[in-house]
Amino acid sequence: MSTTDSPVVDSTDHVPPLTGRRIQICDTTLRDGSHSVRHQFSADDVATVSAGLNRAGVPMVEVTHGDGLGGSSFAYGFARCPDDELIRTARAQLTDSQLAALLLPGVGTIEHLRRAADQGLDVIRVATHCTEADIAAQHLTEGRELGLVTVGFLMMSHMLPPDRLAAQARVMADAGAQVVYVVDSAGALLPHQVSTRVAALRTALPPEVSVGMHAHNNLGSGVPNALAAAMAGADHLDGSCHGLGAGAGNAATEVLVAALDRCGAETGIATQALIDVAADDVARICAGNLPALDRTALLLGYCGIYSSFLLHARRAAQQYQVAEADIIRALGRHRPVGGQEDLIIDVAIALAQRRQPS
Amino acid sequence: MVNIRGADTPTDRLRCAVVGSGNIGSDLLLKLRRSTVLEPRLLVGIDPASDGLRRARRLGIEATAGGVDALLAAAPDIDLVFEATSAAAHLANAPRYRAAGLTVLDLTPAAVGPYVVPAVNLTEVRAEPNLNLVTCGGQATVPIVAAISRIAPVSYAEIVATIASRAAGPGTRANIDEFTETTADALCRVGGAARGKAIIILNPADPPLIMRNTVFAAVAADTDVDAVTESIERMVETVQGYVPGYRMSAPVQITPRGGPDGGLRVSVFLQVTGAADYLPSYAGNLDIITAAAIATAERIRPELKAEVGA
Repeated sequence: MSTTDSPVVDSTDHVPPLTGRRIQICDTTLRDGSHSVRHQFSADDVATVSAGLNRAGVPMVEVTHGDGLGGSSFAYGFARCPDDELIRTARAQLTDSQLAALLLPGVGTIEHLRRAADQGLDVIRVATHCTEADIAAQHLTEGRELGLVTVGFLMMSHMLPPDRLAAQARVMADAGAQVVYVVDSAGALLPHQVSTRVAALRTALPPEVSVGMHAHNNLGSGVPNALAAAMAGADHLDGSCHGLGAGAGNAATEVLVAALDRCGAETGIATQALIDVAADDVARICAGNLPALDRTALLLGYCGIYSSFLLHARRAAQQYQVAEADIIRALGRHRPVGGQEDLIIDVAIALAQRRQPS
Repeated sequence: MVNIRGADTPTDRLRCAVVGSGNIGSDLLLKLRRSTVLEPRLLVGIDPASDGLRRARRLGIEATAGGVDALLAAAPDIDLVFEATSAAAHLANAPRYRAAGLTVLDLTPAAVGPYVVPAVNLTEVRAEPNLNLVTCGGQATVPIVAAISRIAPVSYAEIVATIASRAAGPGTRANIDEFTETTADALCRVGGAARGKAIIILNPADPPLIMRNTVFAAVAADTDVDAVTESIERMVETVQGYVPGYRMSAPVQITPRGGPDGGLRVSVFLQVTGAADYLPSYAGNLDIITAAAIATAERIRPELKAEVGA
């Protein structure tokens, strides 16, 4: 049988739910996925994976430190390879795919953006906490002036109700974002909550601005969340090979693309080639570091904590001899947002002091 | 003009004007009123409907919506100007202040003049006619980097400032790179680090969080860590001398092989509780930069008074 035909027997009048829909996939194995390897991808790793993704026809590939341009730091972990080199290396392989980078205003700057553009960037994705969209305006405007495709990324989207999230999306669209993403950074959303948020953005944004969804797997619903987003009107979806990424990882690109095939959507991706990239390249390079939905990752989703905190909490738990789960629960009381990884150390010290009063 | 504080009597207090009637300007006025050696003479705005101007008048402080022109007309009666507008406005205003012979403390990120961090470099820069207060994060963290630098070379310093969303004004939000770049620059120029990086995070939690600052510094493996810790603790006391709400939330942490080049990582966790003069106590970011400006003004007053007398 043809690989595009479903093996599932269905009634003959069944029409798959995304029939005729074109879905743009952005693979973030080499950006969000770099959290899984503590930002230690080598230039060779980046060359191998980006060549595979390009071969499989993935239309957009994101490459940078896990915390975006300029993310290499004490706070988020030093990268093995500078952003410039990662971007240059990927550029050399991506003959067909667009090359994207992430930028968090407050961490990366316009100077970083210009340097990345000089290395051949096509797309800049500007990420803010979901209530702080206005701090992205300068960077989105600069992205447009540099001739890049501009994407707004509303992180921790579970922390706002749909109407208020849509208002923030408008701020990004007004600043020049051509796509605005619902980003479930904590993996805290379930499909019905994704649907209402995507639908609210779709209604609030002008038709020429697309809606996207970035899913994490901390509650086990990464791929279902991405599918729910598509059905609610999102045209851009993120994934990473083998679900590599912060926390329990992202929606796995190869699983998502296979599921989109069965939903009748067009991705332009050679699904079986992509499955091979995930198994033969990414699983090999990241052996021992593939994400798992373990206790701490689940608690991140359950408590609504930024997924990138996982490995930092693990390290702090070891250093200060406290339980990872206690760190996550204590963090929840601080209502932290993405980027506050320094708070994890502070919280671990406080837990250790409470245990051993000196 | 009526001044309920008795401007008719000759004073040896420094006569101060504040330019900008927003959050920073309003907080400065309240702190100036409390100072025994500084006198708030004039608040300068550009919008006659500004709440800040109305509030100043209620406090008995002269307020004008006439902008810098009005200030320059009053220049003979002013010893010191606090610039609390925006970087762009200060770039335009600075040459006019200079031509009028006005000394200025600049609280915008314009950085026309050298940086001043009162606990660190006031002695070196006190004669400068234009001093820049860096950023709130810079005032909180540069002293710590300087405290480490005076014991051992700092090859890299990095700070993370976390600020309540509500305490970040429109100027900061529209120009967030100015914060990170200016702060990073001051970590090197004033703090003594060879390389610097600054990160700012806005957190919308309600109730708002108290301003947090984390300092990470890389030093060589053979550094005298007791001397580093003692130097940091002494510096915290110095800053507390003008920012009472400044404290460490955890003991100084020294992590072996924690640095990017295999040396030590020194980590310092700071909280700044505001004095709640104008904005509530969570706005430690506002408080620390205005408190630093007031401390600078009080300490440079003798020079300015001597000039006026001469």
